[in-house]
Amino acid sequence: MEPEKISPEMAVAEADVRPEEAGEFVHGTSLWRDAWRRLLKNKLAVFGLVVVVLITIASVTGPTLIKSIFGFTPDYIPTQDTQLVRSFPPFTGPNGQFSWAHPMGTDNAGRDQLARVLQGGQISLFVGIIATLVSLVIGISYGAIAGYVGGRVDNVMMRVVDVLYSLPYVIVVIVLLSMFRSQTARGQLILLFIALGSVSWLTMARIVRGQVLSLKNQEFVLAARATGVSGPRIVFRHLVPNTLGPVIVYATLTIPQIMLTEAFLSFLGLGVQAPLASWGSLAADGVQNIAIFPWQLIFPGVTMALTLFSLNFLGDGLRDALDPQMRTT
Amino acid sequence: MLRFIIRRLLITIPTIIVVITLTWALIRLAPGNFYSGEKRLPPAIEKNIREKYGLDKPWYEQYAKTMANILLRFDFGTSLRFEGQSVNTIIRRSLPVSAAVGILAYLLALLVGVTIGSIAALKQNSRWDYASMALAMLGISVPNFVLGPILVLVFSLSLYWLPPSRWGGFPSKNLILPVLTLSAIYMAYIARLTRAGMLEVLRSDYIRTARAKGLSEKDVVIRHALRGGLMPVVSYTGPALAFLLTGTVVVERIFALPGLGNYFIQASLNRDEPLIIGIVAFISITLLFMNMLVDIAYAYLDPRVRYH
Repeated sequence: MEPEKISPEMAVAEADVRPEEAGEFVHGTSLWRDAWRRLLKNKLAVFGLVVVVLITIASVTGPTLIKSIFGFTPDYIPTQDTQLVRSFPPFTGPNGQFSWAHPMGTDNAGRDQLARVLQGGQISLFVGIIATLVSLVIGISYGAIAGYVGGRVDNVMMRVVDVLYSLPYVIVVIVLLSMFRSQTARGQLILLFIALGSVSWLTMARIVRGQVLSLKNQEFVLAARATGVSGPRIVFRHLVPNTLGPVIVYATLTIPQIMLTEAFLSFLGLGVQAPLASWGSLAADGVQNIAIFPWQLIFPGVTMALTLFSLNFLGDGLRDALDPQMRTT
Repeated sequence: MLRFIIRRLLITIPTIIVVITLTWALIRLAPGNFYSGEKRLPPAIEKNIREKYGLDKPWYEQYAKTMANILLRFDFGTSLRFEGQSVNTIIRRSLPVSAAVGILAYLLALLVGVTIGSIAALKQNSRWDYASMALAMLGISVPNFVLGPILVLVFSLSLYWLPPSRWGGFPSKNLILPVLTLSAIYMAYIARLTRAGMLEVLRSDYIRTARAKGLSEKDVVIRHALRGGLMPVVSYTGPALAFLLTGTVVVERIFALPGLGNYFIQASLNRDEPLIIGIVAFISITLLFMNMLVDIAYAYLDPRVRYH
């Protein structure tokens, strides 16, 4: 930059920036460390974190472990056709004797429930995380652009969000999923991502827009603009990282919501299709036999409830830790 | 206030058009149609039926006709699956079922949720507070399609106290389990919202004034704190109604109730276009109308809110 082009205003801005940015930096790290310390003090949040980590590890490694210990995969169906009833209660073998092989019992076809539940967990968690990421990408971009550009563009963009917000979206999603039902399990899974991701970004967009609106007039943005940083770069390098706190909190609370919606859709037979299984579709299968084989519903149901419970506590704890002012809700 | 209502109506109508268009487009863009099922009709018969329902006309004519019938005459057409029955008849028959379950569930949730939430707020950080908030979190985390069957297992199949399913008219014992199942999650949300709202209000100046002028604690809580503390609950009513609609879909399926949700799922799976569009339009109109009522109630309850 040529010296004579620096106006007094810009010079002031630049002079202000360095201590400001340095201050921001030191403050930034201690904010996260502070939050982490506050989170560890919250017993329920730590409980949630531990359970979520354990269930994730169990879901990822479980089916392989079971295969190496007992020698069957989640979709292994015993071939000897001696029994009419193949669904055994927990810890019971084919002849009614005690057995370690099926701690959660077996399903109608004689498949091991524990292995099925763990494999279902992979799909449930995967759907929750991927759909949340989709909603993060769409929501952050949309909200940040609306907030940064402002004016009429912002107005129109947020009106669109308002209209979409007031739609009974689950109803529309049910129509989408039942009309475009895919013949393959993978096709249906992709459809599910589109359906879940496309409806859950709205709140994220509102949160990010609010944050960007309050940030965009601060000195560090002025400084960035003064030094010739382009608009998109200001939005994604300078503004978006500063909105991360609320975004992380909201994302943590979005995962259980999406998992619940996925389970709801799978329960109705519109979500995850066989041979894939999720907690929702396992529970749906279990409901059919509730009177005779209650364990078919109870184990996937309770595992799912425990996971959602932990994720919700973790999300609440993160919110308290990252933003003590929002404590009351 | 009148201007506010008019403005809300002006946004509501485009929203309804968007919903109907979206649903219509989804049904039409999807491969296949109502007649592409397993049982193939002879071409001549299919042609006659198509003529009868106006399906032989160009798509824009059909779209315009559907839209005009719904918006101008509230006429949703005739169901393809339930022959000879108009969508309006089906809605009129199934709405009371959904409404009974939904309204009872929401009232129960309000009663229990507000009580639990207020107790938690008044005894903040006590054992009561932690217990009720853990319970509320449990209510949010247990999916209703798990809770419902477990209630059936306990109260119908083991204790034989209550019927496990089916519609038994209003009022009847059959309603108890569906209502409990549906209300659990709203109870939990309302308890959390009440606690949050009450905590904020109890710290405010006007509550201190009320206490300072010597009102009894009961009067302070019931006449002053609750009115302000319940504002978050009032504004939650809008979204709650939307969730209530989806909740009923599952609950009606579990308990085999002939409500709107059950018909909607059947219609979607059968590709019964007029019935799908009819129910979607009906639900959207109800929802948007309710949301407007909630906003008006909000302005009435909280004099600080002014719409302009």
